[in-house]
Amino acid sequence: MNFFVLLFLIIGLVFFTGGAVGIIRMPDFYSRLHPAGKLDTLGILAMVLGFALFNLKTFSISELLLSIKMLLIVFFVFLSSPTATHSIVDAGIRAGLRHWTKEDKR
Amino acid sequence: MTISEKKEFKNKSSGKPFKSILSFSLTFILMFGLWVILSGNFEPLLIFLGLFSSFLCAFFFKDLLFSDPDSDFLLIMFRFFKYIPWLIFEIIKANFHLLYLVFHPRMKDMIDPHVVVIKTGLKKEMSIVTMANSITLTPGTITINADREGVFKVHSIDKESAEALPGTMLKKTARIFGEDK
Repeated sequence: MNFFVLLFLIIGLVFFTGGAVGIIRMPDFYSRLHPAGKLDTLGILAMVLGFALFNLKTFSISELLLSIKMLLIVFFVFLSSPTATHSIVDAGIRAGLRHWTKEDKR
Repeated sequence: MTISEKKEFKNKSSGKPFKSILSFSLTFILMFGLWVILSGNFEPLLIFLGLFSSFLCAFFFKDLLFSDPDSDFLLIMFRFFKYIPWLIFEIIKANFHLLYLVFHPRMKDMIDPHVVVIKTGLKKEMSIVTMANSITLTPGTITINADREGVFKVHSIDKESAEALPGTMLKKTARIFGEDK
């Protein structure tokens, strides 16, 4: 059981690290949103799964309810993350920001 | 009297008890399930109070969540829940691709951001919303704009994610909402 908990936590950590590194490394506003909005979504899924499993080690009704509450967090993040990403992209488009292409080196 | 109020009035007066009962019971089940999860108390008095308050909520707000359930509303819900595991699997697959891109030393040669326009035949509002959010959740692509005709503007990080795009996801979304004819 502990093995799976650790596995999920490490997977989540790798995805969160990837998201943070991606925000720094990507060339422009729009491509920075790709790692920021979505590697984090999968990272939070993996991490919260790990926490929920760890919480279920001693099985009882209240522990089960706590795990379900944690999964509710993931559900709401899955709803709100694409919406937030979309509204940030929309703000960029409205401000007239051009997206980076291969031709403009910097 | 605004248009939506008129519509509601018509719905009530024309007397479609089935729709009203369906939306009421769905709201009630949702509210009570959430109440049980969030409270965690199982004493009879508290359970009764929870039942009572979710009954009141469902009674007053039954038009809010499931405003106009069609005849095949339950079928759509069922197909939607069948779609979610496939979507999560797809998200995981594409996330690994994006992770590989982020940690690659020559990332700037591999990415090729561009905007693609996809024409889908989707007409219903819910299917356009589902499609747009699925595109955004799948890494490598972000929906910039979507309109009523089902035309999507998508920003994609490289050629590979753009080419994979309209294919299976569109077919599945169309099938959920019964638009594949």
